[in-house]
Amino acid sequence: MIWWAILAACAGCYALKLAGLAVPASVLARPWVARVADLIPVALLSALVAVQVMAGTDAQGDQVLVVDARLAGLGCAVVLLLARAPFLVVVVGSAALAALLRAL
Amino acid sequence: MTPADDATGVPADDAAARRAVIGDSLGVGIATGLYGVSFGAVSVASGLSVLQTCALSLLMFTGASQFALVGVLGAGGAPFAGTATALLLGARNTLYGLRMAPLLGWSGGRRAAAAHILIDESTAMALDRPSRALTRLGFLTTGISVLVLWNLFTLLGALAGTTLGDPRDYGLDAAVGAAFLALVWPRLKEPGNARIGLLAAVLALAVVPFTPAGLPVLLAGGAAVLIGVLTGAGRPSEVRP
Repeated sequence: MIWWAILAACAGCYALKLAGLAVPASVLARPWVARVADLIPVALLSALVAVQVMAGTDAQGDQVLVVDARLAGLGCAVVLLLARAPFLVVVVGSAALAALLRAL
Repeated sequence: MTPADDATGVPADDAAARRAVIGDSLGVGIATGLYGVSFGAVSVASGLSVLQTCALSLLMFTGASQFALVGVLGAGGAPFAGTATALLLGARNTLYGLRMAPLLGWSGGRRAAAAHILIDESTAMALDRPSRALTRLGFLTTGISVLVLWNLFTLLGALAGTTLGDPRDYGLDAAVGAAFLALVWPRLKEPGNARIGLLAAVLALAVVPFTPAGLPVLLAGGAAVLIGVLTGAGRPSEVRP
């Protein structure tokens, strides 16, 4: 049962990827489609950042908002990005700060 | 944009430009790939076998969907509820594909192969390149390096299992948010984009307590794009041939 769920999800996720790439170019020539496509990574990645940093689960397994070391890690990332640090420094720096705060 | 109106005036096939793209892309690939160790550990801790864990990284290959699937299974959810959540999160790759299709300009077998490595990171590292060659270079370098390392470190994480301890002790969960922020950062500087990004983040957090895992990102992302288009945010259309 778990295997079927895994394989169905894998096939579905690949189909979703291919569907996006297979849309005819003429569709994308429409200005509003281009604008939507331009805004999509901004909106989705920003929402992902927020959820990755502040979403957690409570004892019942329900989703809740959590403030923990991840938020400090994100603050560290913002400072490093403003200082034009390379990608790897940003990622490792944030992880290190979060790990340090948890170890204290 | 064509190579000729590259703002820096550097020819698009310039060796330095290629090296810069490869360097940045490998940086993203390595950072993301290493995080596979925590997926492997989390997946095995959620009750999946090592083989199932590796199959997910190899065949599904979209981190957020993988985490969502094992998260639902680990929380005792029905297997196909896990599938549905993974697909909801995977739907954003369709939107990335929509953006990437004209930039990559591939068809047939190449397009089918490229689809497998169409993920957050490969999209982010391919966007805003001054030429198609550099777009493809960023996409392939990022996609392939993440694919190789993500699978390798998934296996290591699964084998190490819980003996490594909690991935959070190493701050790995904080690294994910930082990585996504670094990926979206350059795009936030474009007019209106910071507002749309902030809106999406706030909306996502607002619906987190009321929706199952996976939905907040899609709901907030969709709403923010809609609002952005209606209010005229974002750059004028700029579709490369």
